[in-house]
Amino acid sequence: MSPSIARVGAVIRKELAELRRNRLIVVTAVMLPVIFLIGPTATVLSIKASALSTTLDKRVDYALFMPLMVSVLVPAVMSAYSVVGEREQGTLEPVLTTPVTRAELLFGKAAAVFIPAAVLGYLIFGIFVAITQLAAAAPVAAAVRHAPQLPAALVFIPLLAAWAIWAGLAISTRVSDTRVAQQLAVLGSLPPVLLAALMSFQVINPSFALVVALGGALLAVDCGACLVVARLFDRERLITGTRPSRGVPAPPQDIRSPMS
Amino acid sequence: MKPEMYGADLQGKREATGGHRRRAEVSGDPAVHEGRDEAGTARAGEAPRAAGAAIEVSHLTKVFGGRTAVSDVSFSVAAGEVFGFLGPNGAGKTTTVRILGTLISPTAGSAAVAGIPVGPGGAAEIRRRIAVMPESPGLYRRLTVAENLEYFARLYGLPRREERITEALAAVGIAGRANDLAGSLSKGLRQRAALARSLLNEPAVMFLDEPASGLDPVAAHEVHGLIAGLRDRGVTVFLTTHRLEEAERLCDRVAIMSTSLRTIGRPEDLRAELFAASLDVTVAAALPEPGRVFGGLPAVQGWKDTGQPGGSPASYALTVSDVARAAPAVTRALVAAGADVLSITRPRHTLEDVYLELVADTEGSQR
Repeated sequence: MSPSIARVGAVIRKELAELRRNRLIVVTAVMLPVIFLIGPTATVLSIKASALSTTLDKRVDYALFMPLMVSVLVPAVMSAYSVVGEREQGTLEPVLTTPVTRAELLFGKAAAVFIPAAVLGYLIFGIFVAITQLAAAAPVAAAVRHAPQLPAALVFIPLLAAWAIWAGLAISTRVSDTRVAQQLAVLGSLPPVLLAALMSFQVINPSFALVVALGGALLAVDCGACLVVARLFDRERLITGTRPSRGVPAPPQDIRSPMS
Repeated sequence: MKPEMYGADLQGKREATGGHRRRAEVSGDPAVHEGRDEAGTARAGEAPRAAGAAIEVSHLTKVFGGRTAVSDVSFSVAAGEVFGFLGPNGAGKTTTVRILGTLISPTAGSAAVAGIPVGPGGAAEIRRRIAVMPESPGLYRRLTVAENLEYFARLYGLPRREERITEALAAVGIAGRANDLAGSLSKGLRQRAALARSLLNEPAVMFLDEPASGLDPVAAHEVHGLIAGLRDRGVTVFLTTHRLEEAERLCDRVAIMSTSLRTIGRPEDLRAELFAASLDVTVAAALPEPGRVFGGLPAVQGWKDTGQPGGSPASYALTVSDVARAAPAVTRALVAAGADVLSITRPRHTLEDVYLELVADTEGSQR
């Protein structure tokens, strides 16, 4: 059966409506960006024009790293709810007996988190940069404007969000409690942040080539994670928590393949 | 969905729950519907032959790890039949429904739903033709009833979505609650909303898993009315339940499961099959020599004192070969013996008796 854009659209639409009305998700999606915007912005605005260049660099590095966390934490919390929320409400079974395919369901759910997560990630960065350019001392504003982490962030925001989504979805398929899923998803979303941190704090110099290489590597990891999650989205596994049965005594008319 | 499908409110059929005898009555050939062979021998376990089979299950087995959930189960369900699937908790009912609903693969055996083999090739087509209502209504609590139905209408790719949603909600009597959040509804109303969702795609086969579970008697009665309404519209209903009065009231035939299939047939046939004909006799005082009174009657095969020792009135349970011949003979013998007869009745075994006879031992051994 060929994938149906209409069904993917239906899943996205439903997911967004549910997320919008989930108080915990809404609070997370509002509070985290605000926190990760206020901290770095205040830091940058507090730097005096006369500050030593090393002090300036350190603070700008910190300020440019923190907003990246929004691109990880918000989608992790959202995607962790995605399957376990269905399981808690008992909606998984009726949905899986409709013609929706696992690819449609998976990409619908992923897109419904990716869209707001990427928008929030860019928005927070945009607001941070705009405020610093308008209100920070001239040398500080220039340091932010010319920081190599700025273009790197443009590449890493969607890639980090994608990783957090796959990690959240993978955990969500295996856990039966929303809060546990969200806590585990936050932990699971953090490893790639290490790369971003190393670049942000210039432990490794974020040259154009390095950004492209690391971006490519993260993209490959995201693709691999997508394939893993696609396997976890098997109907039988989602419903029973076990793998589809294989290799049991010779039946009269055997049907062994999973139905997806 | 044709507009006339829901022309008559499903609720309007609420009182038709005795209608499960209807199909046998309307046939010009009663033997066809009563599952009799050419020699007239009752074959209670077979589905009526007048219509094609909506569900065919052959040697179905499902093993989870080392635990066998369903073992070598075979049966068929005719199109338009209301089929009860009974069994204690953990008997394999839900697993069977999940296999037939294409959610999980059988370990062995085969099945077909709506004429389509259950398996990778037919799963998508089966899903278009069935609806599954699990024990939990399965509604998105933060969405309104209409939004819940709209989501499913979109997943089915249905045209005229708004019209269909309105019709489905009207059919189950909750058109006025369309804009209520599903989470704000009572359990009975949520069950109705789930049933409305199941009607959206005009399923040929509907799987209802414990539809009245946790409902108060009034709400359960309403759900029974809705199920009777489905039957009247020709929908094949596969009803899993452990509410025996529900199965007896609604189902044309029932199967009793306990991992494997214990029995299958019409409730009345199962009763006749499992329990010998008997009479319950109550007299004002204990008979001095009951063996002499009952033992000399050819129609009486055995008797048992079922009253309290020395109690009054006294009761006896008789096993008889033919109730019609035995009852007058017993009456005459009691009168001749000078007994004051209070009552001679034929005990009515319920489906519960059948169930307990077949399942209680298994359940007890598992505890």
